[in-house]
Amino acid sequence: MTETDIRLPIVAALTEDLDTGFVALFDGYRNVVFSAALRLCGRWADAEDLTAEAFLRAYRALAGYEPQRIATLQPRPWLMTILANLWRNTARSAARHPPPAPLEQAPEAVDPAEPTEQVAERSETGRELAALLGELTEDQRLAVVLRHVADLPIAEIATALGVPEGTVKSHISRGLKRLRLLYPGRHDERL
Amino acid sequence: MSAFEPTDPQASGRHDPLVAGLAALATDAPAGLLDRVAARWVRVDASIGGVYVAMTDQGIAYLRTGQDEEQFVASYRSRFARPLLPGGSPPSALERALRTGRAAGVRLDLRGLRPFEEAVLRAAAAIPRGEMRPYAWIAERIGRPKAVRAVGTALGHNPVPLLIPCHRVIRSDGRIGQYVFGERAKERLLRMEEVNLDEVNTLAAKNVHFVGSDTTGVVCFPSCRDARRITPAHWHGFRTLAQAESAGYRSCRHCRPGAAVVP
Repeated sequence: MTETDIRLPIVAALTEDLDTGFVALFDGYRNVVFSAALRLCGRWADAEDLTAEAFLRAYRALAGYEPQRIATLQPRPWLMTILANLWRNTARSAARHPPPAPLEQAPEAVDPAEPTEQVAERSETGRELAALLGELTEDQRLAVVLRHVADLPIAEIATALGVPEGTVKSHISRGLKRLRLLYPGRHDERL
Repeated sequence: MSAFEPTDPQASGRHDPLVAGLAALATDAPAGLLDRVAARWVRVDASIGGVYVAMTDQGIAYLRTGQDEEQFVASYRSRFARPLLPGGSPPSALERALRTGRAAGVRLDLRGLRPFEEAVLRAAAAIPRGEMRPYAWIAERIGRPKAVRAVGTALGHNPVPLLIPCHRVIRSDGRIGQYVFGERAKERLLRMEEVNLDEVNTLAAKNVHFVGSDTTGVVCFPSCRDARRITPAHWHGFRTLAQAESAGYRSCRHCRPGAAVVP
């Protein structure tokens, strides 16, 4: 299914009834929003909070939108804008008020809130790579996660982040370059 | 594992292990995440008839009677600005609480209330079935003795009447005062709980607001279960608590008329 196939019935449902439409919006985009949230903040429980808060803000915004605005809505980049802003704000306020004693909360540690089958499914490699995302700048991490984890096209990322496509591309290529440096060929010489 | 379909498989660089590794970091959202955002509504039979109840993953957030489905949903949305979906199944503790008026064990979601409002409601929640306390008692219990009027406002803003029994809070002069669902509903609820409403009113008209027993030396609010057991031969009425105390009476530990001392 392409993004257009997913988008049309959701926008139609939102025009019909906000709450029913919201469930369609949530079902259509929860996986992509949660994946992006998880790889942005790095912790399962925080990703749940971030996803729930992003969808709640989306609902509150939609409640104030004119039907015309809903009809032209591009839900995926729009949700990603909300998520990116939320993540940037929480990351900043966390930097101002660091949580106490993060000894057992290193980003690569297994999150106790993450279901065990999920943990087992993820390879050691995946966990290491996920942790390395924390080494990128905010802009690089957002661009890399939206492009390669959430699988958004460049144009949508540019819309979501409010920057030109060229800027998105350069964040992605710098981000990938840094990841290759940090993660030298353990399994493959090109990595 | 693919959590969602790739839109652009050619460009996703399937031969680049780093890109493939990043793609594999996509994951499905955990089940139940929708309940973090949206509440569910359900209609439940209560002692005063059918009520609509909204529940979140934290507990009961909103309860209203005298509204149809559409009005209930609209009033929930305008107050909480959250999606409200049909199809919650009421916890058994809720149905029991609404039938019996005993709400212990029902989880409540009181997020969104100001700290003062929450303190008022938690104090009101401690009033047992079949008894009443004045607004001023709540104000004193929460350490804001002068905020009697604000207590009334906070009770009027109670999102979960019946479960937090704000109908058991009345005026110091013995009149029952206002109620979210109207004064008549308040009186009906109190009579269903077999509160000695008429006796309290008669006493209030005679300026009696506290009653004591000279066998126990304890002074109570007139609706306290202990007060109602005092035999006429040992019954004494008082206008103020100070009068009772200077006559050697101590405050009842159940109804705690001397509520100024916050535990």
